[in-house]
Amino acid sequence: MRHFFRTDYRQDLSLYRSNSERVWYAILAVLLLAGPQILGEFYVGELGGLFIFAIAGVALMLLVGYTGLISLGHAAFLGIGAYVNAVLLKQGVPFLITLPVAGLFTALCGAAIGRPTLRMSGLYLAIATLAFGSIVGTVFQKWESVTGGFDGFAVPTPYIFGIAIDNTTGIYYTSLAVLVFVLWVSANLLRSPIGRAMVAIRDSEVSAQSMGINLARYKTLAFAISAGMTGLAGALFAHYVRFLAPDAFDVLLSVQFITIVFVGGLGSLRGAILGAAFVRLLPQFIAIVRDELPFGIGRLPGLEPSLFGLVLVLVILFQPGGLNGMWLKSKAWFQEFPFKRQTSYRRQKSYAKSERLR
Amino acid sequence: MILFQADDISVRFGGIRAVDSVSFDVHHGEVFAIIGPNGAGKTTIFNLISRIYTSTSGRLLFEGQEFTHTPPNKIAGMGIARTFQNIELFPNATLLQNLLIGRHCHSTVGFLPQMAFLPSVRRAELHHREKVEDVIAFLGLQRYRDSLIANLPYGVRKVVELGRALCTEPKLLLLDEPSSGLNVEETEGMGFWIEDIKKDLGITVIMVEHDMSLVNQVSDRVMALNYGKVLAMGSPSEVQSHPEVIKAYLGGDLEDAA
Repeated sequence: MRHFFRTDYRQDLSLYRSNSERVWYAILAVLLLAGPQILGEFYVGELGGLFIFAIAGVALMLLVGYTGLISLGHAAFLGIGAYVNAVLLKQGVPFLITLPVAGLFTALCGAAIGRPTLRMSGLYLAIATLAFGSIVGTVFQKWESVTGGFDGFAVPTPYIFGIAIDNTTGIYYTSLAVLVFVLWVSANLLRSPIGRAMVAIRDSEVSAQSMGINLARYKTLAFAISAGMTGLAGALFAHYVRFLAPDAFDVLLSVQFITIVFVGGLGSLRGAILGAAFVRLLPQFIAIVRDELPFGIGRLPGLEPSLFGLVLVLVILFQPGGLNGMWLKSKAWFQEFPFKRQTSYRRQKSYAKSERLR
Repeated sequence: MILFQADDISVRFGGIRAVDSVSFDVHHGEVFAIIGPNGAGKTTIFNLISRIYTSTSGRLLFEGQEFTHTPPNKIAGMGIARTFQNIELFPNATLLQNLLIGRHCHSTVGFLPQMAFLPSVRRAELHHREKVEDVIAFLGLQRYRDSLIANLPYGVRKVVELGRALCTEPKLLLLDEPSSGLNVEETEGMGFWIEDIKKDLGITVIMVEHDMSLVNQVSDRVMALNYGKVLAMGSPSEVQSHPEVIKAYLGGDLEDAA
């Protein structure tokens, strides 16, 4: 096991734990920047989609993984961001303004939905956000003068400093930039009082309150931050799909987002990215093996959603740490080779479980 | 000098009078113990003071200011910190993070600076860290600094919760059964810490406790409760020899018990 010896409190506030981590992130950054030059157009497009889902995944991770509030309505926030961005672009507003406006407006919507649902948690909150999602979906369908109803409308091409973002490479770099920004903001919040307050609310509301944390304020804030980031993802998503139609933002998309968070591993930003990769790669994987599967399983309708559901259940049952947990375990295995034992990282069952004051 | 005052407070849950016209005051720098059989209303008084419950009638005063209707999240900022009977730490966070949450009521940086982690936030965080390290050193928790609470033994968690309360820099500390679940040795250690908190840090303590040896060791005054009513108040030995108290614990008439 590697130990990080620290000689200064500042080291605990740093985003990177050691210099070797800095080097690895730098290598990753170079690879990501060079990506479109190395990879074919198909892969660049897929990676662009992955980045957009990763933004939404990070957003939902802050809410579900760190604050302990569930949302089955994040597809609606994605939709709001997408429509606000596209409608403003159609009015001739430049993209560099529509993108943040889409994020801010969605954050306001998030605060508006977060505020009245504060007293709910768990299943009830899931139902409330599900209802919110379907209300917003209906608004997209019926408000034809703005959204074009079921006919939808083509999203105008965005320009950044006069350069048209109309190809996969453009989307790739824009999404990557927003993803890095969102990750930076999330990491900053998590090492600040706000992040600690969120974790405190997740773990014990009553003691969070007695430590001076205003539950209503921080829950609303968490909802707003999460919704705002999802709105940014939505704005990019509009350009990724190029054509907005209300049926893109249904509950299945919300379930995909939840899958990102759980499969990736609750309470980890890295998990959100790994989860997004999983959710984006699974359909591609199905498409590749579709013809190879026996008995025509590959041609069955609903194969994809049922596989998502199956994986979600299996991960929750057998790998609660998700992909991030697997990553950490395999890292430990290599670092300690050959001394890793099966019980090395098994958490001890706590002797006395506290009865929570609700 | 009176630090805290409960003036005729009552709380009813349906028909049950959990706390019934209780009045007491706590002086600067004393350790005030509340004893009584199970269900006497001891923890309810704590929940009233930390404003998790709202009293049906009566007034609560801290440093002469009434706080009967202050929202619960403002209590820590006023200088009242508490621990819980069944440890309420944040189990999926490290000890360090738990103690840092105790600093929350002293954090003044705004949302946008935190989002960008500006130098002002960094400076504030370093200051909080120093305060937290003082508490870690005071309670001797150095070796557990980076452990997850979920992996710590019960006795240590009890101390961590005490530490988290100290991190809020309270003037008044409410300890709800500090010795519950601890063995004899750990209970003794807890007693020394309570004495140190009183003498070295000058913090006034109100504690709910069943262990009479701990009560005798540390407390200046004791209040005995039963069925939400005050039975007796005074020095530990006075209260323990009070006939009503003996009756409450042993049942029946004093003659029968003797």
